Amino acid sequence: MDNLVNIRDLHFKHNSHIVFRGVNIDIPRGQVVSIMGPSGTGKTTLLRLIGGQLQPTAGHIQVADKNIHRLTRKELYQLRKRMGFLFQSGGLFTHLNVFENVAFPLREHTKLSEAMIRNLVLMKLEMVGLRGARDLMPAELSGGMARRVALARAIALDPELIMYDEPFSGQDPISMGVLVKLIRTLNDALGLTTIIVSHDVQETLSIADYAYVIADGKLIGQGCPKSVYEDTSSQLNQFLHGLPDGPVPFHYSADSLEQDLMGESWKH
Amino acid sequence: MEALTTLGRTGINILRQYGKSGILLYRAIFRVPNIRKGFPLVVQEVYDEGVSSLLIILVSSLFIGMVVALQGHHTLAKFGASQQLGPLVALSVLRELGPVVTALLFAGRAGSALTAEIGLMKATEQISSMEMMAVDPLQRVIAPRLWGGIISMPLLTIIFNATAIYGAYLVGVKWLGMDAGAFWSNMQASVSFHSDVVNGLIKSLVFGFVVTWICVHQGYDAEPTAAGISSATTRAVVYSSLAILGLDFVLTTMMIGGW
Repeated sequence: MDNLVNIRDLHFKHNSHIVFRGVNIDIPRGQVVSIMGPSGTGKTTLLRLIGGQLQPTAGHIQVADKNIHRLTRKELYQLRKRMGFLFQSGGLFTHLNVFENVAFPLREHTKLSEAMIRNLVLMKLEMVGLRGARDLMPAELSGGMARRVALARAIALDPELIMYDEPFSGQDPISMGVLVKLIRTLNDALGLTTIIVSHDVQETLSIADYAYVIADGKLIGQGCPKSVYEDTSSQLNQFLHGLPDGPVPFHYSADSLEQDLMGESWKH
Repeated sequence: MEALTTLGRTGINILRQYGKSGILLYRAIFRVPNIRKGFPLVVQEVYDEGVSSLLIILVSSLFIGMVVALQGHHTLAKFGASQQLGPLVALSVLRELGPVVTALLFAGRAGSALTAEIGLMKATEQISSMEMMAVDPLQRVIAPRLWGGIISMPLLTIIFNATAIYGAYLVGVKWLGMDAGAFWSNMQASVSFHSDVVNGLIKSLVFGFVVTWICVHQGYDAEPTAAGISSATTRAVVYSSLAILGLDFVLTTMMIGGW
């Protein structure tokens, strides 16, 4: 299968904390691939590694057949023009209104006329259902609207690859439903390749073609959504079904409760 | 042994900070700029940094000029030299008070705002999203702000100087009854354009560069949390103030010594 992203034997360490220990991931062109895992397992870090914002400790990441960490700054920026990235917070420029936020990449990277930019921005905003909100400032938008604006901005340059960092977290059911539908629709209509990083299991699996689950710095499961969901391995089962205790313990590592409550006297 | 390790670690951290700020400066302003896109951004920053500081500069300089005139007249009158008030005020303001106080006020008003703004852009992932859109934040965000500060500071200093001297005129001539002709002609006879006016503006140019550099670096390097931005803003003002006062001594020594 033709892969847009290949990750091989990825190791990454942040200070002394090991985030990844030999991770292999393939992202096939045209598909929606979800990368799931408990909080703090390095899902966002993985997206930043794919985007070239972080350098792996070992292993390599290829995007569109280019080793992203061997590129010069100029080559990296050329490649990034072919990527869209939706940050968890949206990352909208607070001093620009909705229209100008979406127009930003077009103004920076193209020499299109003002009329053409206007048409393109309105088309992108129409796709996410926010053409009528073009004059609003980011502070006037709800969380879901802000992410849809950020999505319109991320697809402004018609990228090949789009990466979503926790797109569903903190969304009300309506916003979540809109986003779920939008991500799948945009992927199919625009011929994108999509990576969704999330811990919202049901929503993510409902639109994914393939899923990876990461925990403790390595892959603990992968496959089509159905097979992943029905996997019976204990770690995967705990995460996917939200069980409070299991291989990932409910309690953070500590001395026994008796020792803590009794202080020094427990010894006597 | 532990003290030695701490000392070494502190030294390395300080050197790392200098290195990072040097790289930031190099990548922000020693690269070929895109004039078409960069010029409007610089004009916008001159407006944001310069005009936003204008009110505080005008009010402060007026009062500083008035106070210097009052104190100067009081002291000079003891020696029967109150006619020398014009030169006293002009030389104090043009050589020292103008550039130094303008820079200190600029650091407190525009510099702290720069640090907080850039720190907040980092905390809300605006800087990261710019990078992921293949737009270099150092060129798009940092460079225009640096140039804005470098250009604004001498302009603000000129305004400070003029207003402070006018404040002194109000007190000396209009209030204390000095002869206006003596006030202005003594001032004109004592002030050298090169060694007083130009040297003062050279100081302000250096202060503008250093203050803006410190402030944008503190913002860009801030920890992306509320506490991180708050301490970066404080550091920016403290470091800027110390740099202004230290550099003022060095520059004055060079200018008086004729280096």
